[in-house]
Amino acid sequence: MILFWLIFILLLGGGLAWYGERRGPKMPGWISLGVLALDLLLVAGIWIGSEPSLALTGAQDASWILDFNVAWISRFGINFHLALDGLSLLLVALTVFLGMMAVACSWTEITERVGFFHFNLLWTLAGVLGVFLALDLFLFFFFWEMMIIPMFLLIAIWGHENRIYASIKFFLFTQVTSLLMLAAILGLVYVRYKNTGTFSFDYGDLLNLQLDPALSLWLMLGFFIAFVTKLPGVPFHTWLPDAHTQAPTAGSVILAGVLLKTGAYGLLRFVVPLFPDAAQSFATPAMTLGVVSILYGAHMAFAQTDVKRLVAYTSISHMGFILVGIFAWNEWALQGAVMTMLAHGISSAALFIIAGALQERMHTRDMRCMGGLWPEVPRLAAIALFFSIAALGMPGLGNFIGEFLVLIGSYRADVTLTVFASLGLIAAPVYSLIVIQKVFHAEQRETHRLWDFGRREMTLMGFMIVAMVWMGVYPQSMLDLSEPVLENLDQLVRFRN
Amino acid sequence: MLQFLWLVPTLPLLGFLVLVLTEGKLPNKTVQTIGVGSVFGSALLSAMIGIEFLGSPTSAYIQTLWTWMEVGPFKPQISLYLDHLSLIMLFVITGVGFLIHLYSAGFMEEDPGYSRFFSYMNLFVFAMLILVLGDNLVLLFLGWEGVGLCSYLLIGFWYTNADYGYAARKAFVVTRVGDTAMAVGLFFLFMHLETLQIQPLMEKAASEWPVGSALPAIAAALLLGGAIGKSAQFPLQVWLPDAMAGPTPISALIHAATMVTAGVYLVARTHVLFELAPDVQFAVAVIATITLLISGFTALTQTDIKRILAYSTISQIGYMFLGLGVGAWSAAIFHLMTHAFFKALLFLGAGGVIHCFHHEHDIFKMGGLGRNLPVTFASFLIGGAALSALPFTSGHYSKDEILLTAFHSGGYGPWFWFAGVVGAFVTVIYTFRLIFIAFFGPKIHDVDEHFDGRMRIPLLILCVLALLGGLVQMPLDSVFHQESEIVHAQGFDWVEAITTGVPLAGLVAAYLVFLKGAFKPETILATNWGRSLQQFWYCGWGMDALYIFLFVRPIEWLAVVNRNDIVDSLYNGVAAFSRICYQGLAWTQTGRLRWYAAGMIVGGVLVIGLGGMQ
Repeated sequence: MILFWLIFILLLGGGLAWYGERRGPKMPGWISLGVLALDLLLVAGIWIGSEPSLALTGAQDASWILDFNVAWISRFGINFHLALDGLSLLLVALTVFLGMMAVACSWTEITERVGFFHFNLLWTLAGVLGVFLALDLFLFFFFWEMMIIPMFLLIAIWGHENRIYASIKFFLFTQVTSLLMLAAILGLVYVRYKNTGTFSFDYGDLLNLQLDPALSLWLMLGFFIAFVTKLPGVPFHTWLPDAHTQAPTAGSVILAGVLLKTGAYGLLRFVVPLFPDAAQSFATPAMTLGVVSILYGAHMAFAQTDVKRLVAYTSISHMGFILVGIFAWNEWALQGAVMTMLAHGISSAALFIIAGALQERMHTRDMRCMGGLWPEVPRLAAIALFFSIAALGMPGLGNFIGEFLVLIGSYRADVTLTVFASLGLIAAPVYSLIVIQKVFHAEQRETHRLWDFGRREMTLMGFMIVAMVWMGVYPQSMLDLSEPVLENLDQLVRFRN
Repeated sequence: MLQFLWLVPTLPLLGFLVLVLTEGKLPNKTVQTIGVGSVFGSALLSAMIGIEFLGSPTSAYIQTLWTWMEVGPFKPQISLYLDHLSLIMLFVITGVGFLIHLYSAGFMEEDPGYSRFFSYMNLFVFAMLILVLGDNLVLLFLGWEGVGLCSYLLIGFWYTNADYGYAARKAFVVTRVGDTAMAVGLFFLFMHLETLQIQPLMEKAASEWPVGSALPAIAAALLLGGAIGKSAQFPLQVWLPDAMAGPTPISALIHAATMVTAGVYLVARTHVLFELAPDVQFAVAVIATITLLISGFTALTQTDIKRILAYSTISQIGYMFLGLGVGAWSAAIFHLMTHAFFKALLFLGAGGVIHCFHHEHDIFKMGGLGRNLPVTFASFLIGGAALSALPFTSGHYSKDEILLTAFHSGGYGPWFWFAGVVGAFVTVIYTFRLIFIAFFGPKIHDVDEHFDGRMRIPLLILCVLALLGGLVQMPLDSVFHQESEIVHAQGFDWVEAITTGVPLAGLVAAYLVFLKGAFKPETILATNWGRSLQQFWYCGWGMDALYIFLFVRPIEWLAVVNRNDIVDSLYNGVAAFSRICYQGLAWTQTGRLRWYAAGMIVGGVLVIGLGGMQ
């Protein structure tokens, strides 16, 4: 039941926030913070009391912590089935945490239709939580669609100069590819129907289906393309730079921090376990795609002059590591992929908050118009430096753990591809440090009289810095949570390396 | 005392945290107390730990703090490993580090970024200590990257100058190339030996891999990649001369005494792998020889006081690598230590010159400084003598040990020795060229030495160390079990005589050329080939130009060409195609009945016609 409430509180809170605008312009923000805090408490409670209990779902694996299953459309075997294990717990915690950050960072940025803004924000988050929790493929698809529409509105209404183009592009890319996924889901259910004569959309029922290899490959590709578009991986990535550049800060935070992770989660939870053989035969192309994303994303990031666009391309580069990690499919690479999801969630969200803060202050995102801002905004500059360093994979911070584990694992799967992926480590400082150089260092062009980070921004950045360092020096606390899950998946599907 | 080992790196880390969290709002006095005090604390603690450790019979002490991450058999811990090798490094880092911190307290007094400077410095000391104390390669890698980061931050410390920023990024990226090779080396080692904890790893390698087989060669070569990046060896040495953009104490601490020698430490730490891979060890010696010669010749042509010292550092690290290459492990570490003393001294002396000379770097604009800057002068004389390996200085003992071991190492040993001796000759020439031009001769400007105790005392202590540091016995027998021993010949040994004599000959030559004017270097420069040779050496043998041509330009070109993402044009193509279809269809919708009727008739005829053909 808690799982249901996790999502429902946000939906309810969204409505309340919309309505609350009548009570004052700051009211929706407070309401959103309140419901997210409530969610965070629930998550913390689950985390503290989490002892994976046995066989909750009836599925073969036994790593589920909580399970909620009621019949929904029984005629087609569709259930409202939510379940949580260590992996989803980590991602749910990330979502709620970044949700609070997103609310806090748009405190002064959003002045119009504040209530509706928060409604959309909370509904997106609810959709994301649903995606991380749903164990019924129909329900999963439902949440998958549900998170896109409020996100689309966030970009289209509160975005920047070119918002309509960007939001429609975002919508089309995700919509067209999720159609492929829908087809694949239906195909999968139909195969099961032919085998057993009953309908079921349940994850546990659809695992271990006997599939014709050719059909299996096609169905897997349906899922794969949908998830890789969301990730995004080259060549399905071009919606991301536009969406990020145009989105309001909170939109970018949610987009980079958690929305992209739904793609990674999908690959991990659905693509490989549902289609083990097809996924294995597709591993080399998928890892190649990951390596291409790493290098191409880095190359494109280097070419940018728009801060937000640059950070967007770095996301593509970092997500490439996740793709490599998932398709290398061994304990190191999988743990690495999960750590990268979490660490990149924090670091890229922080970088987008910084980019947003710069835009709020300078009314431009063009790095050519900036320079020498350090003495004016030392706190902002130092924090930007911290997260750039984190993003380039400095040991002791979260991203390093993720990328290092991915590479140590993928090295066993494919030496050549890993060596190419490692080139991303050389590329990372090239693009990361350029931001610092062009924005904060160098000669000051003119005095802007900017205001530095205040108490609100320092608080939220403080939380993110602590999270980043925690992930870097004691990742074990998170690895322990995801370990039983990944071990189960690893048992379920064994790649013959 | 040993149980307080964790405090040694923690103190500077705390200093860093305090300085960062107070956002530079503390007065300079407090900053100085925290910044210098934390490193002083570490130094004191290291000394006490060292005394206890040397007095005890144990050969290693391990302190495990917590498990960093555990994924299957991959289980790096936050664990400190102290043996005689890390102890020497500990002494050098905290000892010389403290002296340089003290010096900086005076040197940076006027700088608005005083607090920021000390926070970076403290972070550096922390990272460097982790590097040498890490008990597994992943933790070592943390320190390794950490010192690289601090090096970046401190080279670009005066960030308003875009060139300095460029130099800083260049240093970071070039060393990162090596670091990436090293990271791949770690993946490789873990895949084959299932652990990254250094001591078990070495034992496993020694027991599982035969000497001369391919696997240890690959592992050693990859680690060597990291070492040559960090230690500025050929072909990754290009970043170090530019790194001189940082404040001079940085050059002394990071780019002379500690960080740049991390590569030497890494190779010494993993010497078992290199012993298993004689080919790679030979490559180390070759790289070292190339490096020490080309950078020595480059130093001859420089005019910037710091760049001369920078090239000299590259060259001296070349000697350390030569030691590693011929199996003189402890001699290499010995030279690392003495070099830390005399090169720190020289850099701090150079800092004094620059400090008193209003940021002038060109030695030809100096002259006759000897009388005005007595302490600096003494520093340069002693430091220069040690750098030149003149008899009875610390540099003499360490360098001779390396060269003699090289000679006796068999195979190409004598050739390495010969190259080393030529390099030693060049070293004296460029060192005393600097000293004679800047400190002797006619006075060009009047300057005075306005040092306070904070700057004078470190110089004096380092003078003593540079002179007497050679008397220290390296207690490294428990670390390096099989050493190439120097075979001392009976009676007169001409090899020893030449090795010792060449620096003296160099001194005489430098005296004749630069002080007496017996031979004018300008006569060489007047000739065409002399001029182009000077140019070639001056720009570091064209390596920068080569890399710009090979890597920088193509990448920049690609970035400009593809700024709008070629992949997007694919989707724009889809959009354009739909638009054309739409326009085509819209064009048919004319609203004229006869067009519609004609269309229907033509269509009908076509359909029937096609049906008839079936």
